[in-house]
Amino acid sequence: MRLTCPLCGPRDRREFYYYGAEDYLHRPAPDAPIEAWDDHLHLRTNLAGVIKDLWYHEGGCASWLLVTRNTITHEVLSVERVADRKGASA
Amino acid sequence: MPELIAKTALDGQGALTLIGTTLAPVDLGIITSIAPFAGQVKAIDTALKPLGLSFPPPNTTAASGAARLVWTGPDQALLIGADAPDLGTAAATTDQSGGWSALRLSGARVADVMARLCPLDFRPSAFAPGQAARAQLGHMNAVFWAEKDALMILTFRSMAQTAWDECAHALTALAARAGA
Amino acid sequence: MRIAGKGLIDRDTQVSFRFNGTSYVGHRGDTLASALLANGLRVVGRSFKYHRPRGVLTAGSEEPNALVEIMEEGQQTPNTRATVQEIFDGLEARSQNHLGSLRWDLWSLNDLAAPFLSAGFYYKTFMWPRAFWEKLYEPAIRRAAGLGNLSPNADTAPYEKAWASCDLLVIGSGPTGLMAALTSARAGADVILAEEDFRMGGALLSADQVIDGQPALVWVEAALAELDSLPNVRLMTRTTVTGAYDSGVFGALERVGLHRAPDAHLPRECFWRITARRAILASGAMERPIAFPLNDRPGIMMASAVQSYLNRFGVATGRRVTLYANNDAARVTARQLMAAGVRVAAILDSRPDASAVEDCPVYLGAEVLETHGRHGLRAIQGRHTGGEFRLDTDCLAMSGGWNPTLHLTCHMNGRPKWSADLAAFVPSDGAVPGLVAAGAANGSFSTHGALSTGHAAAVQAMADLGLTAPDLALPTAEDAPYRLTPLWSVKGKHRAWLDFANDVTTKDITQAAQEGYTSVEHMKRYTTQGMAPDQGKNSNVAALALLADATGRGIPETGTTTFRPPFTPISIAALGAGGRGKTFAPQRFMTSDQASRDRGAPMIEAGLWYRPSYFPKHGETHWRDSCNREVSYVRNAVGVADVSTLGKIDIQGRDAARFLDLVYTNTFSTLPLNRVRYGLMLREDGLVLDDGTTARLGENHYLMTTTTAAAGLVMRHLDFVHQTHAADWDLRFISVTETWAQFAIAGPKARALLNSVLDQPLGDFPFMAVGPVTVGGVKARLFRISFSGEQGYEIAVPTRYGEALFRDLVARAETMGGGPYGMEALNVLRLEKGFITHAEIHGRTGAFDIGMDKMVSAKKDCIGKRMAMREGLNGPEREQLVGLRCKTEFGSGAHLFTQGTRVHRETGQGYVTSMCYSPTLGEWIGLAFVKNGRARHGEDLRLVDHMRNTDCLVTVCNPVFFDPEGGKLRA
Ligand SMILES: [Zn+2]
Repeated sequence: MRLTCPLCGPRDRREFYYYGAEDYLHRPAPDAPIEAWDDHLHLRTNLAGVIKDLWYHEGGCASWLLVTRNTITHEVLSVERVADRKGASA
Repeated sequence: MPELIAKTALDGQGALTLIGTTLAPVDLGIITSIAPFAGQVKAIDTALKPLGLSFPPPNTTAASGAARLVWTGPDQALLIGADAPDLGTAAATTDQSGGWSALRLSGARVADVMARLCPLDFRPSAFAPGQAARAQLGHMNAVFWAEKDALMILTFRSMAQTAWDECAHALTALAARAGA
Repeated sequence: MRIAGKGLIDRDTQVSFRFNGTSYVGHRGDTLASALLANGLRVVGRSFKYHRPRGVLTAGSEEPNALVEIMEEGQQTPNTRATVQEIFDGLEARSQNHLGSLRWDLWSLNDLAAPFLSAGFYYKTFMWPRAFWEKLYEPAIRRAAGLGNLSPNADTAPYEKAWASCDLLVIGSGPTGLMAALTSARAGADVILAEEDFRMGGALLSADQVIDGQPALVWVEAALAELDSLPNVRLMTRTTVTGAYDSGVFGALERVGLHRAPDAHLPRECFWRITARRAILASGAMERPIAFPLNDRPGIMMASAVQSYLNRFGVATGRRVTLYANNDAARVTARQLMAAGVRVAAILDSRPDASAVEDCPVYLGAEVLETHGRHGLRAIQGRHTGGEFRLDTDCLAMSGGWNPTLHLTCHMNGRPKWSADLAAFVPSDGAVPGLVAAGAANGSFSTHGALSTGHAAAVQAMADLGLTAPDLALPTAEDAPYRLTPLWSVKGKHRAWLDFANDVTTKDITQAAQEGYTSVEHMKRYTTQGMAPDQGKNSNVAALALLADATGRGIPETGTTTFRPPFTPISIAALGAGGRGKTFAPQRFMTSDQASRDRGAPMIEAGLWYRPSYFPKHGETHWRDSCNREVSYVRNAVGVADVSTLGKIDIQGRDAARFLDLVYTNTFSTLPLNRVRYGLMLREDGLVLDDGTTARLGENHYLMTTTTAAAGLVMRHLDFVHQTHAADWDLRFISVTETWAQFAIAGPKARALLNSVLDQPLGDFPFMAVGPVTVGGVKARLFRISFSGEQGYEIAVPTRYGEALFRDLVARAETMGGGPYGMEALNVLRLEKGFITHAEIHGRTGAFDIGMDKMVSAKKDCIGKRMAMREGLNGPEREQLVGLRCKTEFGSGAHLFTQGTRVHRETGQGYVTSMCYSPTLGEWIGLAFVKNGRARHGEDLRLVDHMRNTDCLVTVCNPVFFDPEGGKLRA
């Protein structure tokens, strides 16, 4: 498997650290109900198909990446830097 | 008062040449990390002008005289071989001298040696002089850049011996093939 | 025996090798199989289950019978295919899977028991009594049924891994592959041509054909010469592409040194990971056997193998050869044998309407019903449309048609499709993105078909890559139509083999179907069909056809098992290359490393780092003697320790303070300039991530330290918080761990030692101060922090001065009654003071558990704050950090129980995380987590450690054993 880092280019998957679902990007407000925090940290939909998840280019430029891919076909549809997303700031 | 003697990580290590390819430790001298704050690249370029350099785009490096700038990540580059100019509040800078250990791999079989150590394609057609990359040497995070007929490899100082051993091992195995 | 004038072997170079202890001579260019056949050896192994004598079946990597052990000094490599292994001077091989000699294998008694050894035998027979399985049945079966033996010695030979990238990977160098490579090379593409054999050319090496009016080899050599001359082409022989993976990545195994005597530096094998933008599968096709009665005798071979041994190796596989086929294409083998002067006993064609033009007896509608010859074929019997026959023959060349070698197209879950015309499975389009099959691998079996489809596939691949293939005249070659009538098995009174390697017969398949194993996956597992080293390459399709027949379904409905990687076996050593011994992980050395080793310090691993355990002195007989002495240095004089392994992160920017407030539970925006503060970092789920001190070096400039263990983890966490939640903040950070060598100087005489090395004597420098100093003119940083409870400092200098400063500090300390201390003493010192490490913050402890819940600031948000407050992470039910003391030794990992209660998992009150002997207190102390522990100081708990056989009472106490008021720190 390979991922194309927007900065470094196409790279072997062993350069990347897998973290988890895109959900981690959406941190609840500090005073949000505990259920929202539970959702944020623990509850996943586990889709078969197109998913978005977070990878870290640990062996490269140290960018956190949002990867859109299809778990059925293994196709990688897009890779973007988390820091470059629109409205990335909290 | 103590007299502190400076020592590189591969102090005393001579070069290794096999099948027209040479592995040698290099002392890079002063290294400074430069991390421009948002919107400050222009100011930094102005400050770098006397060195004949400007802040490098991703995956590139440029040299001017003894000074070299290498891209090492988003908003980050290493200035090597020259004192950093005063960048004021335009950038975060840190002294990185001695934090990196450098190897220079040169000669005919550079790409073949590297093919044993890193998934990146280091053939000149894919990694020409002026190009730089953050990638791994074996399991070690590294900085690479291409020079004419040579490749520079920077790893953390503490891992210098492993970096040497792995490169030397790959070169030795290739030489054994050539003798086969 | 050799035939003069035939073959591509180097007749001028003799090679001597040994097989089962006997010396033989072959030629350069021989495989072990061809050399053994040339020497007249027919039995080369024993079968898996019945121990029947077996001979060479094929001339390729699919060989199921001729598996041998290759012997080297102290090593043996089992299950090596003799059809792949090249001979070299000194090669030592032996047959495997027999008891006694190969010829008189005592285990061949199994063959007499064959009626009882059918499908499902093990499942049915060895069920009862249950206890017999492990002790009796399994060891006996394992000895008798099986393959070769591994050497008991660790394999120390070198192996290699490597990566490659290309525009186009061409898999196979027969006419299809060569044509594809030529076409794309001329288009300027970056091409890798990978060939499993040691010589390029594929089937053309064996076929004795004509291309463009000349011997095919002339064309092959010209094509190879051109490819070899092009800088954009890499030719890889002895390289089997073993797997197709995501994103155009292919695995390939190169046999680098297996064809010559071992060399200390030459890798035996290299495992390649090839990234290709496009790939063409030109792997050809495999001929399939016919399951007729007693079809496993040595001398019964694939027709294409007989042809290959004749044309490529100059070996006649028999004196009177018979051909048995269901197709036209196999006839060429008989013709070529006759042309070479080998007698052909007869051609047996299963089709009643086939032609009969050859200059030998041709029996149509023929069936072989019985074979004779205990150690090699002597005669066959059968019938044909004209009656019965009995033929004296020592080699039967069989051909049941061809299966495209499409395995790689199945590696990403693609299913092949059935072609009724070819009576074979062919690849499904797009089964592996970027890969197309061409030539025989795609069912184009003629040489013309190979050349034209290889060319077309390359033209298409070039178009995909935006390149233009120049016009190229297709060479002329044979284009015979592929004509066959399927023939999977012949019924008779004797067993007929499908899977030679696993001894699976046609009866096993029908029996499996009768017993209800009608799904192809169930049949496979019940009979072990296709589960041998050849993975059913020779037999799966026929087995499937029989299953379809037995269940009354068609072959497409019956389906096929999935071919998974690897295509051929890969040694674990090749897969693990680059991960053995020292290369498993980098070694990190501190600048003081040599100085510590010079003093005889044993080095222990701390993550990737190597740190001195202790510094032994003459006369000390136990490490604890050294440790106690080093502890007393710090408590009574001064000790010096290298603490450079701690992570150091330089953080700058107008939002640096804000960022630290977000990642730490406590507040750093209020930290005064030139001061250090202890910080606690949580994961978002509320558990402790790490702890450490952070110094404020400037208004917008901080220096964070992390523990050694979590340095990488913290960096990743900071990157995450920064890039996801604070991307637009004015903030930059970078690791400076490697830039600074840092030494702890601790003890009552620490200040005196410092003053002897600093260029300017130390002025007012209170506890938790930080500031710049110089040592011998070198700029340094000084921190007043302590991990020992004594007055302590840490001095940091640029790493290139680290070794010099360490040696200097240690020498000075020794003149003051102190010296260096190692990890053991460091651990004792921190335990006496109740300082935690990752033994305590091990991923299941929260701030409350370690008594630091007050450090979670109520005035601000921080990562992990909300979840740290949740129910369940707080309260008396939690296991809380306590100290333990005891007069006798105990160990960490021990469990704690209330006195008088049952010792049981459910009654456990907690566990010990760290312990040591405290020379300062004169007893054994430790840290532990105990339920409601902070309220239980003074209570005696029962400590049970089944690992160390300890059962004693320990007293719960405050975790800070030494100087709880901290007066010494501030002195
Ligand atoms: Zn990257």
